[in-house]
Amino acid sequence: MNGIENVSRRRFLTGGIVAAGALVLGVHCYPKLAAGDELPDDTNVDHATLHPSVYLGINPDGTVWIVASRAEMGTTSRTTLPLVVADELDADWKRVRIEQAIGDKRYGDQNTDGSHSVRSFYNAMREAGATARFMLIEAAAQQWGVPATECETDLHVVVHRSTNRTAGYGELASTAAKFPIPRKEELKFKPKSAWRYIGKGAVSYDLEALVTGKATYGMDAHIDGMVYASVEHPPVLGGKVKSFDDKEALKVPGVQQTVAIDPFKPPPAFQPLGGVAVIADNTWAAFQGRKKLNIAWDNGPNENYNSEVYKNELRATSHNPCKVVRNIGDADAVFAKGGKAYEADYYVPLLAHAAMEPMVALADYKDGKVTIWAPTQNPQGAQDTVAKELGIPKEDVICHVTLLGGGFGRKSKPDYIAEAAVLSKKLGRPVKVVWTREDDIKFDYYNAVASMYLKAALGTNGKPTAWLQRSVFPPIPSIFDVNAVYGDAAHLQQGWTDIPYDLPNLRVENGPAKAHVRIGWLRAVANIYHGFAIQCFTDELAHAAGRDPLDYLLDLIGNPRTIDFKGVEYPNYGASVDAYPWETGRLRHVTELVAEKSGWGKRKHSKRTGVGIAVHRSFLTYVATVVEVEVNDQGQVRIPRVDVALDAGLVVNPEATRAQFEGAAVFGTSVARTGEITATKGVIDQSNFQDYPVARINEVPAQTNVYIVDSDAPPAGVGEPGVPPFIAAFCNAIFAAIGKRVRDLPITKLGLS
Amino acid sequence: MVQLKVNGADKSFNGDPGTPLLWYLRDVLRLNGSKFGCGIGLCGACTIHVNGQATRSCVTTMSNIAGKEVTTVEGLERNGLHPVQKAWMQINVPQCGYCQVGQIMQAVALLNSKKKPTDQEIDDAMAGNICRCGTYQRIRAAIKSAAERRHERD
Repeated sequence: MNGIENVSRRRFLTGGIVAAGALVLGVHCYPKLAAGDELPDDTNVDHATLHPSVYLGINPDGTVWIVASRAEMGTTSRTTLPLVVADELDADWKRVRIEQAIGDKRYGDQNTDGSHSVRSFYNAMREAGATARFMLIEAAAQQWGVPATECETDLHVVVHRSTNRTAGYGELASTAAKFPIPRKEELKFKPKSAWRYIGKGAVSYDLEALVTGKATYGMDAHIDGMVYASVEHPPVLGGKVKSFDDKEALKVPGVQQTVAIDPFKPPPAFQPLGGVAVIADNTWAAFQGRKKLNIAWDNGPNENYNSEVYKNELRATSHNPCKVVRNIGDADAVFAKGGKAYEADYYVPLLAHAAMEPMVALADYKDGKVTIWAPTQNPQGAQDTVAKELGIPKEDVICHVTLLGGGFGRKSKPDYIAEAAVLSKKLGRPVKVVWTREDDIKFDYYNAVASMYLKAALGTNGKPTAWLQRSVFPPIPSIFDVNAVYGDAAHLQQGWTDIPYDLPNLRVENGPAKAHVRIGWLRAVANIYHGFAIQCFTDELAHAAGRDPLDYLLDLIGNPRTIDFKGVEYPNYGASVDAYPWETGRLRHVTELVAEKSGWGKRKHSKRTGVGIAVHRSFLTYVATVVEVEVNDQGQVRIPRVDVALDAGLVVNPEATRAQFEGAAVFGTSVARTGEITATKGVIDQSNFQDYPVARINEVPAQTNVYIVDSDAPPAGVGEPGVPPFIAAFCNAIFAAIGKRVRDLPITKLGLS
Repeated sequence: MVQLKVNGADKSFNGDPGTPLLWYLRDVLRLNGSKFGCGIGLCGACTIHVNGQATRSCVTTMSNIAGKEVTTVEGLERNGLHPVQKAWMQINVPQCGYCQVGQIMQAVALLNSKKKPTDQEIDDAMAGNICRCGTYQRIRAAIKSAAERRHERD
């Protein structure tokens, strides 16, 4: 069959990887491990008659297989990227089948984080579709004896208009497979006017499976002969087991044995935390057995970590000169003149992800190789970590990606997967590790606790003549380097070094903070605390000047210009500043748009009702949010309405984008209302939804209206950027309603709920 | 020995009567639609029906349900989709989807007791079901849409 020739050509072209193992992953079913030596790239796409790309294959029956190489955690990327392929292929979406990729470097980056799936893969998806379309047209032209230039496509067929002939993609597939794969320069892309799906979008490919319970998450992974494991981790980060007694645990019906897991060697990175695993016939027995363990711990170096003390330390650091990360003019010289000035401290505590599906992974180690099924944002990262833990080559780690029951950044860290792999190797049988909600809350990679100090010297109309801002937070690099105490450029850029205001004198600083828990990425990451501080401070300055917050904000943003980052380490979310310049005009535009749509200054507000505004660019997307709140006499806050305007460049899937911004308002509500993780003697105080509440239906915005700017700029992120401006706008609205200023999150600290 | 009905079929359970129904459904019967979210009845991801009432299966023990009828999402509708599932698709409610079966089971129970629930009644009935993705606005719309459609049919 032609496939053989094509497979070998593809391997040649991609530098291919060959490794033994199992597999095929359908999202709705889990095939058992095959006994033979099948290749890990043994997918329906690879088997297709025509498969000019790792992402795409077409069979003689007209079925188009598209690989989803990014993880699906609710952002619809598993649907949105294949839509781009299908559009450029001119395929009928109803005849497309999506296949989830295993972790495999031939797909390029698979870490589904940083809101960059569409941005980073839009061109690759278009090329895949255009390549196949090119070959199908060549095949039809040859068949008909006409020039390819006279042929075009129309929804799954190639057409020769003048002779009124058509041929379906399926019937052309085997002929097309004989043609050489065209070079990128030969490809012809569809004009925007001919797009079928890009910009129109579609609902999730899995929608019916999601509402019928047939969708398969990591929690649902199952293979015959597997045992269940629940792990008691050291309560303090860096602690270890001194001794343990499992006599009572082993008496629990269904419990088979216990297994000690070594503590990690610092830095923690994504290593298992260590502890004692209870192995059982079922999940419940494993949970019950764990409760009966009697373990003596050595709590290690973090046992004196207390959140309240730590907060004071961060604040004290922020009140003294720190490391300068951006400077314009001479702010100190202006402050020294002793004119009118305004200063404020802001604080955001540690935050947990609390994805609805707790961490879970199934691993099957056999003959020096391990096969994994896990809800992971980062299957190649899982391969790396597991390979290191087990001392086997990366290609001997096969990582299937299930659907994720939420991710929010937590499932980019494969510690829980490594735990399953280590246990499977020790036991010599498949092991499914199931974390409880308590494990999830207590052993997270938390969004950093942060203290921010801001000071402005005020001139005419209350406009700042000098601006100083310092942030202090334990940085994410601390999980990879125990000595890392300063923020790295990738996180200082997040709403801090890129403050977009037109200021004559600006100094941006960052202070040191040592981590005592694992710090990680959480939806919007450092933008959460940086955006909160800058946008609330702006609102404070507006009120101090007696000015309308919208007018004041626009005044600070200034005239449209491109921010010059000369002398500043500014990674721009990994994108080139030429393709994605920081344009204040676009920020201004969304600000004016949200003001208009929300009826800013026009709506009448009753007593104890107020609106707040905030803006923020993150993940290359410009967002402006207006939040309306009502606060009753008991301090209970209602959110009748949210308006959000965004410019994310080209938006492939507007429906999914609206959903992401609706969800971001809810996520922001959780952060602002109740989000707080604290530690006492190094032990996390919270454990489940009773003490780490997340927003419920009666606490969230009653209505979130999303306005998407029509833009031809290259695509930017949509999963995360809605969170930061929501939080600040919400707090600014509270001030407008009742005159109370939120400087420490969550709002419960002000007696609000 | 605990006797019960699951989706119309007779079942008997010989294990620890203190086992939560959720783990019997998932680990023994392999009915995976009902999800584990918190284990203490605070998130609603495990919601099923016991004798028609929305119930958290993670805190309902096997001894609690002796002689009762359990309905999970797998048994919600014999043919095709339940009207509430259809409304969920029409409004495009799910994001990650993990909580949605629990949300749907809760919403079905609500609509069985209230033909046209108000916003307040929807909030009251659904406040036990967490959606971390934040699909609440669409959940509310889908419940209203399902109620409306049924109203038209009646």
